[in-house]
Amino acid sequence: MTILIQFGIGLVFGLGLIVSGMSNPAKVLNFLDVGGIPAGTWDASLAFVMAGAVAVTFIGFSRVLKLARPVFADRFYVPTRNDIDPRIIAGPAIFGIGWGLVGFCPGPALTALGFGSASAFIFVAAMCAGMVLARFIAQVPSATRSVTPGEPLEI
Amino acid sequence: MVATPFTPIASLLGGAMIGLSAVLLMWTTGRIAGVSGIAARLFPPYEDRQFAGRLAFVAGLIVAPVLVRLVTGSLPAQTIAAGTPLLIVAGLLTGFGAVWGSGCTSGHGVCGLSRLSVRSLIATMTFMAAGMATVFVMRHWS
Repeated sequence: MTILIQFGIGLVFGLGLIVSGMSNPAKVLNFLDVGGIPAGTWDASLAFVMAGAVAVTFIGFSRVLKLARPVFADRFYVPTRNDIDPRIIAGPAIFGIGWGLVGFCPGPALTALGFGSASAFIFVAAMCAGMVLARFIAQVPSATRSVTPGEPLEI
Repeated sequence: MVATPFTPIASLLGGAMIGLSAVLLMWTTGRIAGVSGIAARLFPPYEDRQFAGRLAFVAGLIVAPVLVRLVTGSLPAQTIAAGTPLLIVAGLLTGFGAVWGSGCTSGHGVCGLSRLSVRSLIATMTFMAAGMATVFVMRHWS
């Protein structure tokens, strides 16, 4: 039952990516291209995607997180970290470069698989390799590291 | 470069659907709808027993365009202007960076900002700046 529900929730997410235009890397790159503002080629649409998503999530989370527990789980798995470590800057910096090179972030890249594009398959395969590599490196104990690394996937 | 039309209404609506999805996932499973976190945990090492649910979520993402094509008979424009080497490099960086930085556009940019997380705000500003700088170099420095 919960499996089917999570499929439906993923479907809504994917449909949102398509309706918003984020499934098109050209649109994402045109948003990131602030150098295109003088020429009039800048596409501000992505700011509206973010605004719509954050508005709904902000209101929804504030209500849902007041509940005692989720419908199908024992508790809410909400990240609690608030420390600023080097990785919270290095990771997004690396991610942002990859994002700016092609215009795909993980959600739209996965949705692009359903478009049947060969380019998306190549990107997603490399993306998964990068994810596995990062998780592997994060688990390797380092002699130079004085503190244990945080959970790499905690948001 | 392919010009794209400014679509504020559709983008706002699509964004709201993404937000709805994030709220529904939190309400039902108690989890953050961060696509990189969900996708990365499809690979070992496995820390919990949520594999099937994560796979179902990713399957939903992939089936979305299939459903759109079935219902409307066509798909919206999708232009991927990159050759294989660039796709591989960008994919590696995107996947590695998203996991290294504990989240991507959805986990930090949508869910994190909505929780007023300082870490997510810093992450979002950083990947936006890095993305903009990269596009600037790619398009205006050659």
